[in-house]
Amino acid sequence: MNQLVIFPIILPLVFAVIMLFFWKKITVHRYINLAGSFVSLVVSIIILEAVISDGIISLQVGGWEAPFGISIVADLLSTVMVVITALIGFATALYSLGTMDEEREKYLYYPLLQLLLMGINGAFLTGDIFNLYVWFEVMLISSFVLLALGGRREQLEGAIKYVTLNLLSSAIFLAAVGILYGIAGTLNMADLARKIPFLEQKELLTVVSILFMVAFGVKAAIFPLFFWLPASYHTPPVAVSAIFAGLLTKVGVYALIRFFTTIFVHDTAFTHNLLLVSAALTMLTGVLGAAAQNDFRKILSFHIISQIGYMILGLALYSPLAIAGAIFYVIHHIIVKTNLFFVSGVVKKLKGSYSLKDIGGVYKYYPLLGLLFLIPALSLAGIPPLSGFWAKFVVIKAGLEIQEYFVVGIALLVGLLTLFSMTKIWNEVFWKDDPKGSENHLDESYKLISNYKKYMMITPIVFLALITIVIGLYAEPFFNFANDAANQLIDSSNYINSVLGMK
Amino acid sequence: MNFLLALIIGLLYGAGTYLILRRSLAKVLFGLIFLGHAANLLIFTIGRLTKGAPPFIPEGAETLVEPYADPLPQALILTAIVIGFGVQAFAIVLFKRTYQTVGTDDLDKMKSTDELK
Repeated sequence: MNQLVIFPIILPLVFAVIMLFFWKKITVHRYINLAGSFVSLVVSIIILEAVISDGIISLQVGGWEAPFGISIVADLLSTVMVVITALIGFATALYSLGTMDEEREKYLYYPLLQLLLMGINGAFLTGDIFNLYVWFEVMLISSFVLLALGGRREQLEGAIKYVTLNLLSSAIFLAAVGILYGIAGTLNMADLARKIPFLEQKELLTVVSILFMVAFGVKAAIFPLFFWLPASYHTPPVAVSAIFAGLLTKVGVYALIRFFTTIFVHDTAFTHNLLLVSAALTMLTGVLGAAAQNDFRKILSFHIISQIGYMILGLALYSPLAIAGAIFYVIHHIIVKTNLFFVSGVVKKLKGSYSLKDIGGVYKYYPLLGLLFLIPALSLAGIPPLSGFWAKFVVIKAGLEIQEYFVVGIALLVGLLTLFSMTKIWNEVFWKDDPKGSENHLDESYKLISNYKKYMMITPIVFLALITIVIGLYAEPFFNFANDAANQLIDSSNYINSVLGMK
Repeated sequence: MNFLLALIIGLLYGAGTYLILRRSLAKVLFGLIFLGHAANLLIFTIGRLTKGAPPFIPEGAETLVEPYADPLPQALILTAIVIGFGVQAFAIVLFKRTYQTVGTDDLDKMKSTDELK
């Protein structure tokens, strides 16, 4: 049973390798990718059931006992992230069938997608900090290639910024790993959680924790380290944008949550307050940045940043309820944000542009698409009864309990401004008359798209919208789950015992 | 030895930081490579330098006797060098391709993705 936890890492690799044997046979690639994503989804759900019923599962790879070997650990947080990753992987696999161009498919788009998922799953499941670095690099190199694949000018310009800042953050991460090993003599997360309270060099430890905060902060796009995100996320094809928007920054958020609940809690007065300030500024700058934009995908990109602020806020408040809120927020956000990018891709196919000035009148001809946009958009803004309302509600309630009224005020204001942004998109894209006139309101290329491709575009949108509604209307089990996951993080003894095999 | 390595690490970090702040693509690339090397040397030094004492258990003995060189930092660096090599190779090709497509190596002129339209 323990062996099962390594499958979310191995399966994508196996499928990617199989695809390489069918060089440039894109039909084969498409279906292997779809089948592979589905298998990963099933396996991850099986692991989730096992973790819920039996508690934390850990695997010592190669039989080398922790803390000497590499541990793969599936606790509630890791496992739910793996499930969501598989879910988004599957939705993107469907959506790619409808939107990806053959040129990119020929140049190994699908194998890269699987390798990206492997890196993400590895980062979620590993229990060793250096191994986390390795998975980050696997994820980054796949994302570099996916971002630059196609080689258009804006893609390359975006990729330059993305690559430079991420390599910088990797160098900082590596330095932090080195210093931490020098102080603690171990890199196993459970072993660190056990040893850190007894270490003497607390000041140096705080410096190391800040190095980790900066390294993960770049990946999570928190203030003031987010500038690569709005410069690059709107440049690749929309399927790539969507999976990046959903998953990549959340790996950084996951790493922050893991490090600042399980490992570095020796000086919360300093580290978590720093996170709190950063969270408030992340929310605010993100949403104000979005207000200035006039491009569908750029507005959504800035909203990723502002939503990351809420998750970091939950972490920074550091109470069981707040962390449960942060986890709930991550789950909700991944689904909603990916879905919004999917919708923007459909609008682009219909109207031929992402620029709000050039498009309009979608609601007149496609009212149902308007509905499909409104579900994730209102959820993002936090309108009840959709999932975003509960996510914001829990984080804000936790903030009120700890009496951080100022930050709560900012969180509420940002919610309002998010609604403003979503209304702006609604007005410009759906309600306003098409500036090109109603005669030729459809883009020329849209008429060439087969019905099969259209279905493939819409299916994942409906699928993710349904999940949003289910989480919204039936929030209690999801919240209870997030609560359990948060308790597991705050009381790290179960984690330590499971990995180090102590009773 | 420690002092010399600390000096080199400091130099690499300083030079790397200076270079990534330049506008030229090639200099930024060198800056990134320097920062990667600096981090590798940092792990090497901070894992404690022990001269001429490989971590082998002598014949007949059961455990290692102090002082011995810790092999783990070197294993970490080896992995980091391999990963760094791959990523830097990719970055070099990406930067070259960007130079060909955009027609300049001045980062200040690559703002089209940040402009408001």
